[in-house]
Amino acid sequence: MSKLLVSPSPHIHSKVSTRSLMLDVVIALIPAVICSVVFYGWQELLVLGVSVASCVLLEWAITKYMLKQPSTIGDWSAVITGILLALNVPYTTPWWVIFIGAVVAVGVAKMTFGGLGQNIWNPALVGRVFLLVSFPTYMTTWSQPQGLFGVDAVSGPTPLGAIQEGLLQGASVQDLTAAYNYKDLLFANLGGSAGEVCALALLAGFVYLCCRKVIKPWITLSILCTVALTSLIFWSVDPARFTDPAFNLLTGGLILGACFMATDYVTSPMSTWGGVVFGVGIGFLTMMIRYFGSYPEGVSFAILIMNSVVPLLNMWFKQKKFGRK
Amino acid sequence: MSKHTFSIGGVHPHDSKISRECAIQPLPIPPTVYISVAQHIGAPSVPCVAVGDKVKVGQVIAEPGGFVGAFIHSSVSGTVKSIAPRADLAGRASTHIEIAVEGDEWLESIDRSETLVTAIPEDAKAIIDKVRLGGVVGLGGATFPTHVKLSPPPGSKCERVIINGCECEPYLTSDFRTLLEKGEQVVVGAALLQKAMGGVPCTIAIEENKPEAIAHIREVIAKLGYKDMDVMVMKMMYPQGGEKQLIDAVMHRQVGSGALPISVGAVVQNVATALAVYDAVQKNKPIVDNSVTVTGECFPKQANLLVRVGTPLQYIIDFLGGVPADAAKIISGGPMMGRAVANLDAATVKGTGALLFLTEKQTRRAPETNCIRCGKCADACPMGLEPFLLNKLSKAKDWDACEANAAQDCIECGCCLYSCPAHIPLLDNIRVGKGFVLNAIRARAAAAKAAAEAAKK
Amino acid sequence: MNAFIWTIAVVTVLGLVLSLVLYLVARRFRVEEDPRIDEVEKAMPGANCGGCGFAGCRAFAEAAVKAPNLDNNYCPVGGNDTMAKVAAILGYEVKAKAPMVAVVRCNGACEARPKVNEYDGFASCYVKSLLYTGDTGCAYGCLGCGDCVSACQFGALSMDPVTGLPVVDQEKCTACGACVKACPKRIIELRPMGPRGMREFVSCVNKDKGPVAKKACANACIGCGICAKTCTHEAITVEANVAYIDPAKCKLCRECEAMCPTGAIHGVNFPKPLDKDAVKERIKMRQQKAREAAEAAKAAEAPKPAAEPVKKEATHE
Repeated sequence: MSKLLVSPSPHIHSKVSTRSLMLDVVIALIPAVICSVVFYGWQELLVLGVSVASCVLLEWAITKYMLKQPSTIGDWSAVITGILLALNVPYTTPWWVIFIGAVVAVGVAKMTFGGLGQNIWNPALVGRVFLLVSFPTYMTTWSQPQGLFGVDAVSGPTPLGAIQEGLLQGASVQDLTAAYNYKDLLFANLGGSAGEVCALALLAGFVYLCCRKVIKPWITLSILCTVALTSLIFWSVDPARFTDPAFNLLTGGLILGACFMATDYVTSPMSTWGGVVFGVGIGFLTMMIRYFGSYPEGVSFAILIMNSVVPLLNMWFKQKKFGRK
Repeated sequence: MSKHTFSIGGVHPHDSKISRECAIQPLPIPPTVYISVAQHIGAPSVPCVAVGDKVKVGQVIAEPGGFVGAFIHSSVSGTVKSIAPRADLAGRASTHIEIAVEGDEWLESIDRSETLVTAIPEDAKAIIDKVRLGGVVGLGGATFPTHVKLSPPPGSKCERVIINGCECEPYLTSDFRTLLEKGEQVVVGAALLQKAMGGVPCTIAIEENKPEAIAHIREVIAKLGYKDMDVMVMKMMYPQGGEKQLIDAVMHRQVGSGALPISVGAVVQNVATALAVYDAVQKNKPIVDNSVTVTGECFPKQANLLVRVGTPLQYIIDFLGGVPADAAKIISGGPMMGRAVANLDAATVKGTGALLFLTEKQTRRAPETNCIRCGKCADACPMGLEPFLLNKLSKAKDWDACEANAAQDCIECGCCLYSCPAHIPLLDNIRVGKGFVLNAIRARAAAAKAAAEAAKK
Repeated sequence: MNAFIWTIAVVTVLGLVLSLVLYLVARRFRVEEDPRIDEVEKAMPGANCGGCGFAGCRAFAEAAVKAPNLDNNYCPVGGNDTMAKVAAILGYEVKAKAPMVAVVRCNGACEARPKVNEYDGFASCYVKSLLYTGDTGCAYGCLGCGDCVSACQFGALSMDPVTGLPVVDQEKCTACGACVKACPKRIIELRPMGPRGMREFVSCVNKDKGPVAKKACANACIGCGICAKTCTHEAITVEANVAYIDPAKCKLCRECEAMCPTGAIHGVNFPKPLDKDAVKERIKMRQQKAREAAEAAKAAEAPKPAAEPVKKEATHE
């Protein structure tokens, strides 16, 4: 027997650690990753590889050479940032654009704030939005997917993009949405960012995270409910001008954002009610940007805007204390 | 079967009750015992024997040092060797009475027979007085003198006695064994507490992981024909046995910040305390021994032992074969709230409920990493606090903000640190803040009192 | 061109209006206060360390202006220079104080004071002291987590990785007392800097009886009292098993240091290393002489009381 350990209580710890939580998120993302690779083919695998590798390498290099601290890549958060960034860009994006996105995501949005836990905005989203405003050509030219076993790629806009275009040209929403059927949207058969393609795979990951108690479902549910409700109201007022709820729920990366980006621990409120308000904000802002903004889809911007008010939400929505009013 | 639980937070550590099959067996009396005069919350007791005196088992050797104080009785018969400072398990010196054991001679007034005495005295005062003379303190861990708890301040009224048989801490089984083996005595003890509080109803709360105990106590209550007493099955959840949590679960009332349980009409006593009350009132037997669980995965010989107060820890461990080679930490009490032992020469006190051996792998803290703001600590906190925030405020020494965020309400259950995925020593820091806030509150109260008195004059 | 002129006009008018508003608001909410407070605050070092006992330099300035004299207001950081300036502003007299320095009164280095258990909690002396007496056998000594180091705003303290004890950089130490307050074991003391920094102190606060203290730490003061007997200036007292050197009486002769059996007495900043044998020899000679003188006196005039021991002059080595 060596020297006895002495420490304040408690003397045991649950098996949950930052690393195990992050690994769970990676596991939850696997169905979506597989789906997108099957759907988009080897090019998507390259996008994922470049994105994950550059995020992990950048974090390792920054901690080692700039911060001179022990490396933090062991917590797997850089891997998640990499996967999310990859799922947020079209599979046709050149590798150097993805690398720039990773530099912004990890280098600017995460490490400058002090690494995991300190950042205000979701790193992958910051990277994505940076690419969206800097390289609009690469980010909005979506191609009809070729797939692992597919035929030739056909270039074309995403559903939301097509509708935005069509509306500008005076067409009515009914005519425009007639081109899409919801089964295709649900089972991944349309152009878009990799992560926009298979709603079911993403939802499976979300259910896994909830079952593992990694996240609570309230943020996601409140986003989806708000989007559905807001679009229902607008759609019933003027179905020619506004898209219907089901279309809004299934397109534009809403499910990816609601399940995996908005629920990021670091950039979401801690309390249940704070989370609900956060989700309502994201849902509402998303719909406002989609209906009235100049970008076809608004989930990224909505989440980033709501990320900024999280400190306030944390202050306003506190848990009820025991034996106090 | 409906299960009850408290309303906020809580965690689910593995219950690890590996010593549940071990019947309570008496530990041989050690050659020397060291009985501390500070075994309870409140003023230390004042020794009333001198070096060289012969004492018998059950004889008073120290008297209360104030109202919140307790009698201390010799746990052995023999000669007082010294009355001197001695280090406790944390290395802090306090006065201990050293008694060299000679035989095992008990005071004649103590009834050592096994017969169950069910006749309950009519006078509540007499019960409380016997509890006081028996040196009974809360054996659930806090060691608060029981007679003080049974004498509520004027104006408050007890509505229910709760007997705490949750034993929600992992590993501990001494209360479970007591319920199984001394169920009758515990139930009569509970009836005595009911009587002492003016004939109020009583609930015996037992966690669902002890079905044998639940069945047995139900049987005993039926056999003895107590009408106002029931068994409540509690959900397995830590800290179910926390006083405030238990009252919330049983009575759906929340004790306010800084208030006593009696303010919502509850008196909570632990199972072992109920047994001690029975012994003190019905048998004239003061607390001279208590059951101690000795356990841990790395410990080859699990046991529940009846240990005389003042037995050196080393003696207990040697009796069971010594400290195992892979034990890294020895804990007095459970793994969530127990105290790590720094000094194995320390002697047991009335409140010692367990000796737990944990390996390096089970107990070594992982290095602290960044807070990822997951909110798991706030979800786990049974008091509804925000440990991540209190941790920061406490480190910044902002005691006013600590108070505004209710650091003083912390019950130090350890749920926050247990559940933190970043291994941040939340509770270590919150304890500091809580201490400073409580001091500030006490200072303010004292100042207000002084001002009021000055105004009177 | 027209737009150009309009722009300039609008901006100018806007600027004027806003400055007027600012001026009015500033006048409306102006707080009348003694202008000397600002002056005193300017003269302060501005570290806001709280070493004076006030919340910060501003609070000190307010208190100093209100106070009838400067007896209870002293800035240890700025020292006599700052206080002279403050006194000049306020028209008070100031008494110069001897410069002080923080002294760590524990010399239980790792090898002298072996660890008996391993602490595994948050690395803070305060947290550790709440839990237990520490990971060595000594219940009084340094806990080694560096609360004093983090309390020091001037970077004057650092942990010595070899001894595990804090080291004071006397050039940087301002004697603000933050470390004294931060240390839960109360082992840091503010002592006069001493002539040319030379000072002599007992580097131990262990109140245990000799054998217990010695078992826990080879360098502990065991309260044997040899130093007190040796000292010819009555500067050393032994109380509760630990010796204390009164800096006001100490003449820095270093005899106690030479005689201490455990090396608990430390002398710092002396130009020459202590030659223990020489000092011991000197003391022996002196005691011999004293004994002889006493005996001689006894023999010569039996009824008279014994002669006083010969007082020795202070020797600054």
